[in-house]
Amino acid sequence: MTTPAAHVSEMGESALLIQSAGPMSLDVQRLYWALDRSCRDLPGVAETVLGVHSLLLRFDPQAEVAETAARLQDLWNETRPAGGQGRLLEIPVHYGGEDLADLAASHDLRIDEVVALHSAPTYTVFALGSQPGFPYLGGLDPRLATPRRSSPRQRVEEGSVVIGGEQAGVIARTSPSGWHIIGATRVSLFDHARDEPALLQPGDRLRFSVEEVSA
Amino acid sequence: MIRILTPGLGATVQDLGRSGLANIGVGRSGAMDRRALRVANALLGNAEEAAGLEITLGGFSFETLEPVTIALAGADTGATLDGRPLPRWWARTLLPGQVLRMGHSRTGMRGYIAVSGGLDVPEVLGSRATDAKGGFGGHDGRALKAGDTLTTGAEARGTRALDYGLSPRAWPDLWADGSGETEVRFVPAMEWADYDEEARALFCATGWTIEPASNRIGYRLDGPELVPTIRRELLSHGILPGTIQLPPSGRPVIQMLDANTVGGYPKLGVVIDADLPLLAQATLGSTLRFREISAAEARAARRREDDLVSAIRRATSHQRKG
Repeated sequence: MTTPAAHVSEMGESALLIQSAGPMSLDVQRLYWALDRSCRDLPGVAETVLGVHSLLLRFDPQAEVAETAARLQDLWNETRPAGGQGRLLEIPVHYGGEDLADLAASHDLRIDEVVALHSAPTYTVFALGSQPGFPYLGGLDPRLATPRRSSPRQRVEEGSVVIGGEQAGVIARTSPSGWHIIGATRVSLFDHARDEPALLQPGDRLRFSVEEVSA
Repeated sequence: MIRILTPGLGATVQDLGRSGLANIGVGRSGAMDRRALRVANALLGNAEEAAGLEITLGGFSFETLEPVTIALAGADTGATLDGRPLPRWWARTLLPGQVLRMGHSRTGMRGYIAVSGGLDVPEVLGSRATDAKGGFGGHDGRALKAGDTLTTGAEARGTRALDYGLSPRAWPDLWADGSGETEVRFVPAMEWADYDEEARALFCATGWTIEPASNRIGYRLDGPELVPTIRRELLSHGILPGTIQLPPSGRPVIQMLDANTVGGYPKLGVVIDADLPLLAQATLGSTLRFREISAAEARAARRREDDLVSAIRRATSHQRKG
């Protein structure tokens, strides 16, 4: 694979953003995982934040951001995809959320077909973000891609298994969300009291297994 | 120890927030008016990272159960101690049974109370700030309720009673008023280039109205619709407090301290760190203006805040020596 173009821009006084265009691609994301690793130790970098096809570098307030900005493009061109495979985790799902029937109908599918399509692939955690422990998952069967709800629900429970656009996800903290609810899991994706608060890490793979279906 | 009598519209325990955890989706949280909390801690000789109270729009009161030294900072809430006015930017030792009340903010949005030794709540993921979205940090991960009690790191028992503060004449910067028109400076970001000269000039010339739905998560602005020369579908990327996004509605949203760690809307720029405190105090319905500056100028502005806090620490240190 040839390295896709990446654009470096300022994010305020002490951060840089490097990003590449879509559509979501695991090959491109592997480059960003590798770039993340090589950027964490750059002088003055306080933290790095992975996105989908992007990396945000936040610097200490007095760091010389301009020097790194000049180097970042070179660093990107030299980046090779991160190798290896992350852990494989299984998330048991009780299918039957509020939107399961409507989502099936909107795609002209039966409920058992939606469950089969959702539980078949091995998903990859591209990045974590938005809320504590929330995974951006790649790998959703395109037949299940569904535009987000026109108005978000004010309260979606922790553990809700959801679909938003071409992404699958699991709500990690009870919160408002515009994604479609098709099931629930008891697996906790985030617990601040654990040594590793977030269950998942970028690069991890996960499968949804069918615990129960109720329509 | 203090006991909350009335929590007002939203009182939370905050410090300077969490950093280094955005990669697992944990945001910064922390005081919206970071400068005010830093000044309050400086007045008491507290550590920079000491936790205090952030009170939104006043209506807050507590009684003291043990002697405690506090400092009031931020918005003018017409605070009283047992019915007598207590000025802001002021440190005072309170005795058991005394009641401190804040009225509704007359200027500004957020008042701060620091306590000597800091509020003694558990540190969670490196900070004592309340993460409302995560439901952790601060006092049980939530806003304060009537009847909650909070202990302080160092009770004032047996030490000399303190009563001193900062004057408007010596520290005029602290008395700026957030109720009329607020100007904040920003550094342009990636999609600034997607707007033509006219749209950019309109963004900077407009007096944007801060909508009532603005809060610790974000500020929504009302004004003319800004139309880009190109519409992009962006993937989710890391964002920071201060990020000015332009959703398809064409009206800007500024992400604040409780915002998501990633976002996907086009971003015009990022409000500089030194001006986030001004934003924190700009009242709902008031007017906001933007001025473009460079990243280097923004870093200089940040140093001026550090200098102010150090100067206050130095100027008041003799007051704390017994």
